[in-house]
Amino acid sequence: MLRYIVRRLISMIPVLIGITAIVFLIMSLIPGDPATAILGSYATPENVANLNAKLGLDKPLVQRYFIWLGNLAQGDFGRSFSLNRPVLDEILERFNATLILSGTAYLLCSFLGVLAGIFSASRQYEISDKLITFVVLIGISVPSFFLGMMLIVFFTVQLRWLPASGMFSIYGGGDFVDLIRHLIMPALALSFVATGVIARLSRSTMLEVLRLEYIRTARAKGVKEFRVVTRHAFRSAVVTILPVLGLQAGFVLSGSVYIEIVFQWPGIGRMLVDAILTRDILLVQGGVVFVAFCYVFFNLAVDVLQLWLDPRITRK
Amino acid sequence: MIGFVKKVVRNRLAGLGLVVLFGIILLAILTPLLPLAPPNAIDTPNRFVLPFSDNALLGTDHLGRDLLSRLLWGTQLSLAVGLAAAFIAGFFGALLGIVAGYMGGRTDSLIMRSVDILMAFPYILLALAIVAALGPGLMNALIAVAVVNIPFFARNVRGVAVTLAQADFIQSARLSGRSDISILVFELLPNVASVIIIAFSTTVGWMILETAGLSFLGLGSQPPQADLGSMLGEGRAALITNPHTSIIPGIMIFLIVMGINLLGDGIRDALDPRLAKGRLEKPSPLTRVGDGLIQSPPIDSTASKAVMDVNHLSTNFEVSEVVNKAVRDVSFSISSGECLGLVGESGSGKSVTALSLTRLVASPPGVVVSGSVRISDQELISLPYEGIRAIRGRRVAYIFQDPLTSLHPLHRIGHQLTEAMSTHSRGADSVFVERAKNLLSEVRIPNPERVMDAYPHELSGGMRQRIGIAMALANDPDLIIADEPTTALDVTVQAQILTILNDLRQQRGLSILFISHDLNVMAQICDRVAVMYAGEIVEMGRAPDILEHPKHPYTAALLACSPQIGQGRQSLQPITGMPPTGHEPLNACAFANRCSRVQPVCQQQPVEIIDMDSQLVRCLFPVVES
Repeated sequence: MLRYIVRRLISMIPVLIGITAIVFLIMSLIPGDPATAILGSYATPENVANLNAKLGLDKPLVQRYFIWLGNLAQGDFGRSFSLNRPVLDEILERFNATLILSGTAYLLCSFLGVLAGIFSASRQYEISDKLITFVVLIGISVPSFFLGMMLIVFFTVQLRWLPASGMFSIYGGGDFVDLIRHLIMPALALSFVATGVIARLSRSTMLEVLRLEYIRTARAKGVKEFRVVTRHAFRSAVVTILPVLGLQAGFVLSGSVYIEIVFQWPGIGRMLVDAILTRDILLVQGGVVFVAFCYVFFNLAVDVLQLWLDPRITRK
Repeated sequence: MIGFVKKVVRNRLAGLGLVVLFGIILLAILTPLLPLAPPNAIDTPNRFVLPFSDNALLGTDHLGRDLLSRLLWGTQLSLAVGLAAAFIAGFFGALLGIVAGYMGGRTDSLIMRSVDILMAFPYILLALAIVAALGPGLMNALIAVAVVNIPFFARNVRGVAVTLAQADFIQSARLSGRSDISILVFELLPNVASVIIIAFSTTVGWMILETAGLSFLGLGSQPPQADLGSMLGEGRAALITNPHTSIIPGIMIFLIVMGINLLGDGIRDALDPRLAKGRLEKPSPLTRVGDGLIQSPPIDSTASKAVMDVNHLSTNFEVSEVVNKAVRDVSFSISSGECLGLVGESGSGKSVTALSLTRLVASPPGVVVSGSVRISDQELISLPYEGIRAIRGRRVAYIFQDPLTSLHPLHRIGHQLTEAMSTHSRGADSVFVERAKNLLSEVRIPNPERVMDAYPHELSGGMRQRIGIAMALANDPDLIIADEPTTALDVTVQAQILTILNDLRQQRGLSILFISHDLNVMAQICDRVAVMYAGEIVEMGRAPDILEHPKHPYTAALLACSPQIGQGRQSLQPITGMPPTGHEPLNACAFANRCSRVQPVCQQQPVEIIDMDSQLVRCLFPVVES
């Protein structure tokens, strides 16, 4: 087990380096001169040249990449010119908010999706199955940002139950209850699509497993049907569902960009969109690399969990 | 082509998706011809007019622009951009996938490594980075979305191309000296086309959503030009006061994507039957019993010493209108301590008979249409689920053919054994564990302690089948139904398993229903043998009588085509022809078409089973030895 983890960690190194290379390469496509962008069009040529030298932009591309990579390795993501503070500080602060939102939505969609899938499969063609299938179809077809906006229209404008923006109330908020009240709508909107995808997959996986011979064996043993579904069939289905759950983390993270905009959630997604619009390259670069790294490590964790759940892999 | 469309539309939801999508696409195409207000004509005095007003069917937006006009132009743009992105992604992805799969080696690993790295990004990060570099704009958003989806196509196509590249027809084309390009285009491409179409139908909805998303963020289409996403983005500013400016484009995106998803499911099901997961039927825990169930009157149970009495049992497989009669009117009984063999070729209905006894036949499609199965005083066919469940594994236990697939791959052996016990009786775990270990020694498993902690894949086939036997013994059942327990094993292991079963029979006085297609195995273990053909029992009697003096021509033919050890050189005679399918009612002897002794009368009526010297035979002209 430990050896597997170490091996996987080592094999991740090229992927991580590849990520930084791709991000750096894409960013270097930007036409024009960042120094001009920072200083504005009235800057004198000397000022631009000075700033370029200061930022290291006068060096060749490859050299600049390795300098940036070396700094990254030391935890130095550079300085955001639009916010005038270290990129990493900004990212860490924002990441907290993203983690709260995405994490909640992710737990929600994993739990609800798998549950709905199992329930639906064990009641195939009954009315509850059809209802779930219908809701799931809506789930995978509705844009999350549109759903978020409709939630606001309904729960904030019509019913006046929940706040529509931010993470905390500006006046008198800040406690846990306040956070939850702000979290409900964005988390629901964000998890809905992924719930649909997971429910669909769980249902079809369960239906496949329920036809296998060892399920017949369990029934021939006289095992109660509830247990056949929950212990025998689900135990095997998990092994198929889990890798997709890992991939869904990427979809939830992606969706969080839209949801953060709709609900003005102070997370990384909003930061990235703002940074793109202000052309704050180091902030975009740092944010993308940071989140991509988190995602890679998360999927490593999923793989390890998979290994633990499926003893057939270990011995290979 | 028409056949394919029919296949897709047979799925009613896919048909609905097709209609919705077709309608929207038609509207988008006709948009320039419709008498619409100009989409970008600003008319601020008439801003935020509500839908269904006189001059604006869907109202106006914050600048007083006609929403219907903007919606239709926006739909056209969104569809065009989404489809273009999908085609670009599909083209380059498929190209990379085919080249990687066909070339193999370094090219393959270079391409696939890059694809892996691209896939390590949550998709929007990559799209955002590309838009950040190229600058906001619809074309750039299109490029970003296309690039992000290339890896998906590349990976799917490459998976198929790798297998195909090794296929004989590609290899022979290579050997014939044709150029790589020609092979790629004319041989490989047509064969990966279905994969490309499936990947396309899966992703095109996503791509439309993603481009709409980028426009929504203000990174796609720039004002005044509007696609559906940017309309939503603009509507957001007035969400609270005038939600209709958001709802209208939102619903349009929803309809488009839903139409694509429904249609995509239909296309996938039609192109790849293996993927038609939606159609997988869940087998119910009990075989369905037919509506007009005919049951014979109860036999006086005190008079019968039988452990199990089966009378006139018939089981069908019913797939929509097609009825396949797998088991026809089968009757037999098993006495205490007896081993009854059920022999017949594949498809003769022996396994279905065995599973029907405790209603384990997968249903759908299985239906028990008639008959009675009794153990002592209980009728199993009409028993409700809870009653049958209490009997399964407790009084009637099964051993299945392939222990690798019939044991749970992810449960430890010990757990599978103790579960069989704890299902039917309460007790401390330690007691069950102890009993499980004893069972393992009883089926001669060395080192039971270690095996308890093992998973099935860690054991050999023979060991696994011993586990299967031990599990069947767990509750000391009255009857064990062994469904081809030795078929999946090699000959020496077969012999060991048979010895174990035989010993257990003697020690425990077990009754066994032993199913096999192998007459030699029958000879070693069975007291009586029943021969099945086309779902019927054609001959039944004492094992030595049947195996040495068969009366039914089918049994005789079966013996003539199975080699016997120690009989010297023999010529084996195959049975020519095929058994009848189970679709028609039997209006003749089922074996008549293959029988060497056939007479015209055999073809004219079904044959009843008759008693001949305490041997039951379903034949008008049985074999009589001189």
